[in-house]
Amino acid sequence: MVEQSRLVRFNAIAVPHLDAAYNLARWLTRNEHDAEDVVQEAYLRAFKFFDGYRGGDARAWVLKIVRHTCFTWLARNRPAEVVAASEEEIDEERAVATVNGARSDPETLLLQRLDSELLNRLIDKLPTPYREILVLREIEDLSYREIADILVLPIGTVMSRLARARERLQRAARGSIAPRLVK
Amino acid sequence: MNCKDAPALIPAYVDGELDAAEADALAAHLQGCPECMRQAEAERGWRRAVKAGATRHAAPDRLRARLAVSLGEADAAMLAPRFTGWRNLAMAASLALAVVTSSGLTAYVLQPAEQDRLVQDVVSGHVRSLMAGHLTDVLSSDQHTVKPWFHGRLDLAPPVDDLAADGYPLVGGRLDYLDQHPVAALVYRHREHPINLFVMAAPNGKDRATASLAERGYNVVHWTAGGMSFWAVSDVALGELSEFVRLYQSRSAVSAS
Repeated sequence: MVEQSRLVRFNAIAVPHLDAAYNLARWLTRNEHDAEDVVQEAYLRAFKFFDGYRGGDARAWVLKIVRHTCFTWLARNRPAEVVAASEEEIDEERAVATVNGARSDPETLLLQRLDSELLNRLIDKLPTPYREILVLREIEDLSYREIADILVLPIGTVMSRLARARERLQRAARGSIAPRLVK
Repeated sequence: MNCKDAPALIPAYVDGELDAAEADALAAHLQGCPECMRQAEAERGWRRAVKAGATRHAAPDRLRARLAVSLGEADAAMLAPRFTGWRNLAMAASLALAVVTSSGLTAYVLQPAEQDRLVQDVVSGHVRSLMAGHLTDVLSSDQHTVKPWFHGRLDLAPPVDDLAADGYPLVGGRLDYLDQHPVAALVYRHREHPINLFVMAAPNGKDRATASLAERGYNVVHWTAGGMSFWAVSDVALGELSEFVRLYQSRSAVSAS
């Protein structure tokens, strides 16, 4: 009976974060079926190691496991993609300096043209580290602290990588919308 | 705060990540500096656009159902060493005790080899629905709400009839996962005891008369009709469960001839 309450406790703690878990997996694998497999595997793993959960931020705990499972899964099933991602330069240093470039009114026009479909496509094309940090911050609304916890990074690195990711996304948006604005 | 320090702080400010003192200082600067204010506004505009446009993918019902099953199995597997003896006993018992008849139902012995796994699944599904606090996905005593809810979620349309007048009110419906297939679970109640009626597609299944058995302290009644396979499970007495099945069959006109 003690063991049964373990499943009940797990359901109460981990299952409320299933949407967040699936969303992260979906963005990382870029495929709904793969995301389901990954989340299923991650939750079973989380359940297995549930005794290691010592309270605290359950969502961060779940997402950390999902993320880890995702990368293991990608390494096993799409090794080429993982290699490509790790070779992608992630310049953490330059980021803060370049994030606030000159902006003016065309920006407003640009944002108006940024529809959901295009935005999703642009995020999908970003290298994995940028994609995941944007998903955690902009879609899941996690704090820098929580993101640092999930990605196992210092907060300073979270901030610079986030800045870089936003810059990359904005540059990509300008690249695909600006030519149309000129017309 | 001046225009040299401000820009680096704007993103964290918009993210609500500056401490109160820094945030106040920056806000004061923005009030007096149109250029920095414009940057902050642009930053906010981007956040809003991304937040509004980027899709947050919700976990599909299919995944929830599948996960509930595999977690239940993982839990059972962790319990297994303790209960092996019990399990063998239960299998023997299902052989010996399968014929239970009351209230005039046609009963026969289910073949354990053939049905045992499915019966285990059905009972596990019932127990899980009570344990996980996830009895219903759609909570309604209105058959006209519950029935359409399954449309698009399943490729079968189970008959849904409220039997409240006969003492078996409809509580709602749920998507579940049995024998590696998504199935409909209709939830009824009788004297505060929940009854799960699992309905799965059986396109090639021959009609089978109603059969009942006891498993792990639960009563199970099974029949196949109209290309659908039905499993009613509850801890109510077998007589009451059989009565429920009889009412359901006559109202929905799905019973084996």
